[in-house]
Amino acid sequence: MRDFYGVTLENPLMLGTAQYPSPAVLEAVFRASGAAVATVSLRRESGQGQGFWQIIKGLGVPVLPNTAGCHSAREAITTAHMAREVFETNWIKLEVIGHADTLQPDPFGLLEATEILAADGFEVFPYTTEDQVLAARLLDAGAKVLMPWGAPIGSGLGLNNRYGLRTLRAAFPDVPMVIDAGLGLPSHAADALEMGFDAVLLNTAVAQAGDPVGMARAFALAVQAGTLARDADPMAPRDMAQPSTPVIGKAWL
Amino acid sequence: MRIEVNGASHEVAGPMLADVLAELGWGEARVATALNGDFVPKGARGQTVLKDGDRLEVLAPMQGG
Repeated sequence: MRDFYGVTLENPLMLGTAQYPSPAVLEAVFRASGAAVATVSLRRESGQGQGFWQIIKGLGVPVLPNTAGCHSAREAITTAHMAREVFETNWIKLEVIGHADTLQPDPFGLLEATEILAADGFEVFPYTTEDQVLAARLLDAGAKVLMPWGAPIGSGLGLNNRYGLRTLRAAFPDVPMVIDAGLGLPSHAADALEMGFDAVLLNTAVAQAGDPVGMARAFALAVQAGTLARDADPMAPRDMAQPSTPVIGKAWL
Repeated sequence: MRIEVNGASHEVAGPMLADVLAELGWGEARVATALNGDFVPKGARGQTVLKDGDRLEVLAPMQGG
């Protein structure tokens, strides 16, 4: 598997820590999923932050802080600096949001922030679209990982633009890429890995399931299946039927 | 002096950022600070003087996706 800024993940699954019914469920979900990275955020201290930090440390996986909710490069850059100090990591899941309804990345702010943060020693995971031109610019700006969306955050729609994602994957075969956002079902995760993406990042699909722990287990199996399938070199699809049973030797009846 | 801390008005003595954090009970907490929108590293809190009307953000680890 490709590595993420020098870190090889045991499992191609990154999991968010938000929206669980309780801290106990959060811990159980991480155990059941085998998630190799935990995403976290920074918010105004309201008395819960210190306890949450202890829970996160107990998960025993690398932490990927985000800049969720930031709508400008400046906001995201300040948040990234604060996250680096609090979480003691150079990793940053860089979100610069451009639209309130779709939570689509603002490509211009994202590029600006990526350039500044990468020059400042951050290891940037830019939350981006499947736009190939933007991807090239982000890589030029110093990103060594890309996180294209599957669909809008929290929508559960899966891989919304398979053509665009396939093209992006083919255009940058050596760049580690994580499908981030929009996955709703384990089949979406398997799909992403079968297409050659290196990992998936999800949160709502597990946290908002009726049985989060059961769904975490389902995603664990899906990413395993997707990885095995990709490594096994899938057949090429074709439009017409082709008999699988030999034609030669068929009886003349 | 009167400053804004996480969006709420507070009367604090200060004068340094480190003093204000201690006053608010966050002296030893795992938090990050920004003053008027700019990050203030932990090591600079002892030399950062606050003034009336300043806007302080004190952020802590939180759930995220």
